[in-house]
Amino acid sequence: MTLATADDLTQPFAWPDGGVSQVPYRLFSDPEIYALEQQRIFRGPVWNFLCLEIDVRKPGDFKLASVGETPVVVTRDKDGAVHAFVNRCAHKGALVCLKERGNAAVLTCVYHSWSYNLKGELQGIAFRNGIKGKGGMPADFDPAQHRLQPLKVEVFSGLVFGSFDFAMPLVESYLGPVMAKFVRRSLDKPLRPLGLQSQILHNNWKLYAENVRDSYHATLLHTFYTTFKINRLDMDGGILMSDDTWHHISYAKRDTWQEDAEYRKAGVHSAQFESKLDGPQLLDAWDEEKDGISHVVQSIFPNLAIHFTLNSICVRFFAPRGLNETELFWFYLGTESDTPAQERMRVLQGNLTGAAGLVSLEDGCINEFVQRGTRGSEDKISFVEMGGRDLAPSEQSRATEVSIRGFWAGYRRIMGFQ
Amino acid sequence: MSDSGEVDDLALRTRVEDLLLDYAHAIDDGDMQAWPGFFTEDGLYKIQSRENYEAGLPMGVMFCEGAGMMRDRVLALETANIFEPHTYSHVLGRPRLRLEADGTIRARSNFLVTRTMQEGRMDVFAAGKYLDRIAPQPDGGLKFAERLVVLESRRIDILLVFPL
Repeated sequence: MTLATADDLTQPFAWPDGGVSQVPYRLFSDPEIYALEQQRIFRGPVWNFLCLEIDVRKPGDFKLASVGETPVVVTRDKDGAVHAFVNRCAHKGALVCLKERGNAAVLTCVYHSWSYNLKGELQGIAFRNGIKGKGGMPADFDPAQHRLQPLKVEVFSGLVFGSFDFAMPLVESYLGPVMAKFVRRSLDKPLRPLGLQSQILHNNWKLYAENVRDSYHATLLHTFYTTFKINRLDMDGGILMSDDTWHHISYAKRDTWQEDAEYRKAGVHSAQFESKLDGPQLLDAWDEEKDGISHVVQSIFPNLAIHFTLNSICVRFFAPRGLNETELFWFYLGTESDTPAQERMRVLQGNLTGAAGLVSLEDGCINEFVQRGTRGSEDKISFVEMGGRDLAPSEQSRATEVSIRGFWAGYRRIMGFQ
Repeated sequence: MSDSGEVDDLALRTRVEDLLLDYAHAIDDGDMQAWPGFFTEDGLYKIQSRENYEAGLPMGVMFCEGAGMMRDRVLALETANIFEPHTYSHVLGRPRLRLEADGTIRARSNFLVTRTMQEGRMDVFAAGKYLDRIAPQPDGGLKFAERLVVLESRRIDILLVFPL
């Protein structure tokens, strides 16, 4: 189904008069809107996260990615430049790269052996001149006209971004200064992978986009900290948004790091003041950035998030896998300079998040509960007025849904839903 | 014990197999309180995808260092965590055993776990292998000093709250 504009929907769509504090449930269940998103958002004027730069560290490295539902390959060529193109042979449309990651000098489609260099340019065609003078491609066949479809690519702070829109400004201006600063804070260091996991969420991708921006639910749905009487010392925090409101940051600060003798000796801080934890090493941490911020979750439109909580660094990417299905990837990271003790702390803190996260595993099912709860209610709307109806950043409080409204304001704009 | 480290003591094999079965049955029966007791006090428990395991990456989907962290997991899932009620059913393969010089036993076995939701939907939730190091205890019993659960797939459907 190809839909060029919102006007092409079979059932016309108008945003409710209440604006972005009212979100129609139809947005999570209409296959035409989902198809339109593929065009307007993922293949439109956004920077999509493709992979980590360390996924394509060496010349010849390649890594599969997806932009919306479109399969993409990211490569690093012999000169060190990073490229991305649609993983679709220019001949018959088969996948060119089959392995998730690897290293190769040329990429060859298995179907008819058309081969491409690491820039995605067609360089070889089997039997181009036929066999014994018979068959072969027409004389006017021009390999330059048959390359793999390229994306615009930029590497920013260890993240590889791609866009189908070659008019995109630099990633830094797409993010805006505040967002860019926090991405650098989290990731601008020599990174090392600690592990990848993924989770299948049975809901539309936008429900996770809302969820990751939802600072209101954090202490209500996720009760691990309160159950274990963990004094987080970090209730002071706020919400920042980019000027265009579709990216956000939620952060928390702590006044001081608790130092008790046992930990001071090891140069390690215990993040909890006192708790009922039987295995308190879960929260062993060190003051890594020395700016007093203990917890940051940042979202980047359309489907990327980054968290840096205690010392757990993680890039989360939620890929639409259909109208009602989303694959949430968790790329856990450390740095090249981590000591074994620091790596251990990052790994143990990994228990807090992810598919089995002590703090946040509920997010695996809560969005599905919305997807199921709203079945048959496509004409109804959700009510997103915590913290007001406007889009003003909330620097004093996280008891707000302003960044969810910010997401929808950006979504309306790019989708043309007026 | 033969020279190769193969366990040819059938009585010992039976005790190891009973440990593996009792562990799975406790989880399948919902007896989460019993779970940490299958480990030594400093025992390790990690669930990891095959992809991460083969790449030598340290992160686990679930990673407990010591039975204290396991008891915290149990308390969390019984009192803090929110999820739809569901049960597991483990199907275990016969273990391959090897006696180490320090008296512990290395065991490798395959498993398949179905998950049944309260409304009846049943799926293959996990499949993979257990890589265990089992330590004989002073009282004659056996406990896991280490249990590494290697999942064939990196994908977890919805969430993982009960240990495997």
